[in-house]
Amino acid sequence: MAMDAAMIERLIKESLPDAQVSIEDLRGDGDHYAAHVVSGAFRGKTRVQQHQMVYQALRGRMGNELHALALQTSIPDD
Amino acid sequence: MDLTVQDRIRHEITEAPVVLFMKGTPVFPQCGFSAAVVQILSHMGVKFKGIDVLSDPSVRQGIKEFSSWPTIPQLYVKGEFVGGCDIIREMFDTGELKQLLEEKGVPVRA
Repeated sequence: MAMDAAMIERLIKESLPDAQVSIEDLRGDGDHYAAHVVSGAFRGKTRVQQHQMVYQALRGRMGNELHALALQTSIPDD
Repeated sequence: MDLTVQDRIRHEITEAPVVLFMKGTPVFPQCGFSAAVVQILSHMGVKFKGIDVLSDPSVRQGIKEFSSWPTIPQLYVKGEFVGGCDIIREMFDTGELKQLLEEKGVPVRA
């Protein structure tokens, strides 16, 4: 059960078109990633809501095909 | 959605001021992400109730639906979902976790 980084990025950008996504494959096994997502859509949202937006973009894959995605979200600097 | 499981979860998160849904127990965590949150709480001297989702598949699934959050662990303070491993780690690093716990009246070791 693995998922490639480009797929993760594509799914996130489909839901959050302005997002800058950087993904690191932590172990090189296609199963443990760290992602940093920067999007203006996060403005005014709590951290939990921001992460939920990313999880929604991944459409149920998080916790299933995608075992480990360490997630960090932030809002772009003005 | 199974109402009884949801009701049970709603009850569990008010049973103690700090509740952690995790894989394994605070003494023997069965997953690195759960272990990391246990370590942070222990380091801060925060008393918490651990609920092992591996011992009950209905809670394991139910808690994800309850919070619209796809992963375990999940930390609740005074009945409110605070976050999973990444958020707790980030909040610990920035000092926000200590601040939140103190605001909610949970004793934290300095």
